Amino acid sequence: MARAAVKTKMPKTIAPDVLEDMFYHIVLARALDDRMWILNRQGRAPVVYSSNGHEAAQVASAFALDRGRDWVVPYYRDLALVVAMGMTPREIFLHLLARRDDPNSGGRQMPAHWGLKRLNILTSGSVVTTQMLHAAGLALAAKRREEDTVAVAYFGEGSTSQGEFHEAMNIAAVWKLPVIYFNENNGYAISVPQRKQMAVADVAARAEGYGMPGVVVDGNDPVKVYEVMAAAVARARRGEGPTLVEAKTYRFVPHSSDDDDTAYRSREEVAEHKKSDPVITFETTLRELGLLDDAKVADIRARVKAQVDDATRFAEKAPDPDPETLLKHVYYGD
Amino acid sequence: MAVMTYLESVRETLRQEMRRDPRIIIYGEDVGVRGGVFRVTEGLQAEFGEERVMDSPLAEAAIVGTAIGAAINGLRPIPEIQFADFIFPAFNQIVEEAARIRYRSNGDFGVPMVVRAPYGGGIHGALYHSQSVEAFFAHVPGLKVVMPATPYDVKGLLASSIEDEDPVIFLEHKGAYRSIRGEVPDERYLIPLGSADVKRQGTDISIISWGMTVNFSLTAAQKLEQEDGVSAEVLDLRTVRPLDVDAILATTKKTGKVLIVYEDNLTGGFGGEVSAIIAEHALFDLDAPIRRLAGPDVPAMPYAPTLEHAFMVTPDKIHDAALNLARF
Ligand SMILES: Cc1ncc(C[n+]2csc(CCOP(=O)(O)OP(=O)(O)O)c2C)c(N)n1
Ligand SMILES: [Mg+2]
Repeated sequence: MARAAVKTKMPKTIAPDVLEDMFYHIVLARALDDRMWILNRQGRAPVVYSSNGHEAAQVASAFALDRGRDWVVPYYRDLALVVAMGMTPREIFLHLLARRDDPNSGGRQMPAHWGLKRLNILTSGSVVTTQMLHAAGLALAAKRREEDTVAVAYFGEGSTSQGEFHEAMNIAAVWKLPVIYFNENNGYAISVPQRKQMAVADVAARAEGYGMPGVVVDGNDPVKVYEVMAAAVARARRGEGPTLVEAKTYRFVPHSSDDDDTAYRSREEVAEHKKSDPVITFETTLRELGLLDDAKVADIRARVKAQVDDATRFAEKAPDPDPETLLKHVYYGD
Repeated sequence: MAVMTYLESVRETLRQEMRRDPRIIIYGEDVGVRGGVFRVTEGLQAEFGEERVMDSPLAEAAIVGTAIGAAINGLRPIPEIQFADFIFPAFNQIVEEAARIRYRSNGDFGVPMVVRAPYGGGIHGALYHSQSVEAFFAHVPGLKVVMPATPYDVKGLLASSIEDEDPVIFLEHKGAYRSIRGEVPDERYLIPLGSADVKRQGTDISIISWGMTVNFSLTAAQKLEQEDGVSAEVLDLRTVRPLDVDAILATTKKTGKVLIVYEDNLTGGFGGEVSAIIAEHALFDLDAPIRRLAGPDVPAMPYAPTLEHAFMVTPDKIHDAALNLARF
């Protein structure tokens, strides 16, 4: 590569090995995601919810946290987030296939309903937006104990139409909670485009009405997302309260494996967005910075493929939940 | 041992529990400076500070939703819903989230919180300050639903609810707050959730009830004894989930006649469940059909005193229904 062509500056905020690590997790998440769709189309995984297209935003947001100490409160879109938080490919595929040892739910929940205490990933249900209040509550407890941990809630732009979005934003601001609301704005709620969801251009614009900062960031740019998140995290740790971050992103695949997105968006539109696919653009950036070359990329791709293959084999051989466990864990001690 | 009102028992129990457990926080609408619209939390903010007794925004989903997160992260929140009638904005958080977080996470997470809510009518509260909401929540596995009738039970059941690792809906009858008095020991004690209590022994008929109508049933039982020579047993369920099935079957077998009394409207009320359990397990011990005495099937309790009185289950109505059944 001609060094003279370098147009990207090395970010001061992120160490080179961290940039590489972010790239690794972005690639790993995409590879897991691609494999899930293959398994689905082969009839081996009944349903898939994807983070395909959202990886940069999710991974970079996680990297701005003290992972393992801070809390994340995900929704079904957040595969790449939980990968970055440390959930292993095996654990992810045990969940996908609803196996006994799925650490998220023991095979009880649909795929992509994340939750793992070991990693401070709060369990998530299917009802959108309820999690925004849970994040505020986690933050309330941390604040009450005078810890400097933060909680981050993730949600789509469609979910901001729910009343609980308003309630969460308001109570978090009034109580100055160390919480960050991380909106993944991909422009669609299943088939419904943003313009039918809200009469403003930016979700972040609403922050002002609650008395907290609102920041729009390019969700395809991991460095920018990291910087915006790092600032929000620092503010929360200082006790100055919540921030609303809006990452503009796009999902490259249908809402789920049961959706057909050709019904509501053109192939041209999807192709246009794929030009800024973070898996490709971030690789280009890191090559320009001299952090990646062909050999390194090949090595990363080989490691990722080995992990995905291993996880697939492992989960497919894993036992199903025992029907006897149906009645367990309704109450403590069951 | 002090004699106190039902309301004072709630307050003193909260105080005693907060003194021993720093994880407890209380919040809700007006619970701070004002001490709640019923004064249940009066003086608690002064004693424990604004960090532990907080006025919240007027938003029930937020009150319960944040309590879920706080409970998961190590606190023991006791959120207050100002009136049980206003718990429905939080229904989603209670039913879809709190109740199933343990189950859906395969035991990884739990939600030890106590949602307190004043329920019940006969206090000129009209449609939106009078409802009995227990049936909605008793239907939901993962929740516990507690409905004390006396100041003594308030203390033991509230302490148990706070210690419990799972979400508890703690329903306090507004009519009981100042009208029901009783002895309450000073020392701490626990009443296990799921243990009913025979509040009055009897041999001719069993009255099974929970919450405020237990007190009305006791008044009716006294009149039955004195005026009609009928010996009525009164069983107080105390918690509708978990349910003390053994106690229900025991009293059924003892008297052979069961009147189920509740303030909620009749259809789909919790009395239907009690009745089904008896029919399934003790049909041949019955000497008469199971009877239910409950509120009428109208959407909620009206305001005008004549209408309100017509809605309410009263000691006289219980007396008449019980006498009728005793003579079957
Ligand atoms: C309360 C509720 N209503 C409806 C649904 C069904 N549903 C699931 S995802 C979804 C769209 C969500 O869109 P958005 O919040 O933008 O998230 P995205 O999937 O685009 O990331 C809908 C309507 C639901 N899960 N919860
Ligand atoms: Mg969306």
